[in-house]
Amino acid sequence: MIVRISGEGQYRLSDSDGERLNELENGVVAIVEGANEDGFTDAFEALLDYVRTQGTPLDDDDLDASDVILPPSDLSFAEAGEEFTGEGLIPD
Amino acid sequence: MAGLTGRMSTVVKAKVSKLLDRAEDPAETLDYSYQKQVEQLQNVKKGIADVVTAKKRLQMQENTLQQSVVKLDTQARQAVAAGQEDLARTALERKNVAQTELQGLDTQVAELEDQQQKLTDSEQKLRAKIEAFRTKKEVIKAQYSAAEAQVRISEAATGVGEQMADVGLAMQRAVDKTENMKARADAVSELEAAGTFDDVTQLGGGEDDIDRQLKQLSSQPAVDSELAKMKAELGSGAPPSGAPDAPQISAPDAEAAQSQPSEGGEG
Repeated sequence: MIVRISGEGQYRLSDSDGERLNELENGVVAIVEGANEDGFTDAFEALLDYVRTQGTPLDDDDLDASDVILPPSDLSFAEAGEEFTGEGLIPD
Repeated sequence: MAGLTGRMSTVVKAKVSKLLDRAEDPAETLDYSYQKQVEQLQNVKKGIADVVTAKKRLQMQENTLQQSVVKLDTQARQAVAAGQEDLARTALERKNVAQTELQGLDTQVAELEDQQQKLTDSEQKLRAKIEAFRTKKEVIKAQYSAAEAQVRISEAATGVGEQMADVGLAMQRAVDKTENMKARADAVSELEAAGTFDDVTQLGGGEDDIDRQLKQLSSQPAVDSELAKMKAELGSGAPPSGAPDAPQISAPDAEAAQSQPSEGGEG
């Protein structure tokens, strides 16, 4: 599977990494939904780091599309909240 | 409820398929897509140039403020040496405000620097992908039937489209940050225009509106402790406060020097 970190680039991960990736993402989502900022930065950074360390960067001229796109590393807690509440990027 | 990842991937894919929905002749679509990609790359370059301009403006303000800090510090020392505590305090209050603004600018310049770096990296990747697309489109045109070409175009265009969306997002973040910075840059400009960082020895004895506002802005304990430190360093056995008729260092405006604060209080 190919994962993009916005503003950084794309990484190729094995499909078996998907499960752990999901867990890490759910952790971030839970923190954001709990509206408690504590631990947000660490959990979000752990998610991105997993991709960076487990994945292999794609070449710049690779035209493959990503299966998963993660937000940029400087995403603030408030911005993360906007993704989940309200209309988000696309109105439901 | 869709997670972060779900939402963001969906947006990109929606944009790309919208582009491809307009496709009729594959060869034409390929050339059109490429042309659009090159145009957007130009926009990205312009966007980066805007970020650099905004950063330079802030850096110029930083230089000006740094000079003001040095000047006001010197003037505060001179005033302490001359036993003019009020003047020293005014200079230190203004220096304090200048330093606070300077710290704010520092943070913002660093943030902008980071955005600029990300944008430049993203632009390089986009350029590489557009170049790869250009090569691929010739292969697709030459080798595939119309129906098959459509599929291959979709694949290639999605890769470029995703990078385009990514650089677009980075650009948007940079623009948002630049907008925030304008507010601070404008605030600094206003303080400068009001003469906040001008030569305090030109002020005369009275307390004007600027001083009253600055007293609120500046952190008084910091000013007090710095003044005490300065006095100790200069070894001045300064008289206790309440010695209003100490000599002026320079009083180009004698009338102003004589005028008393109209409100009479200590503020």
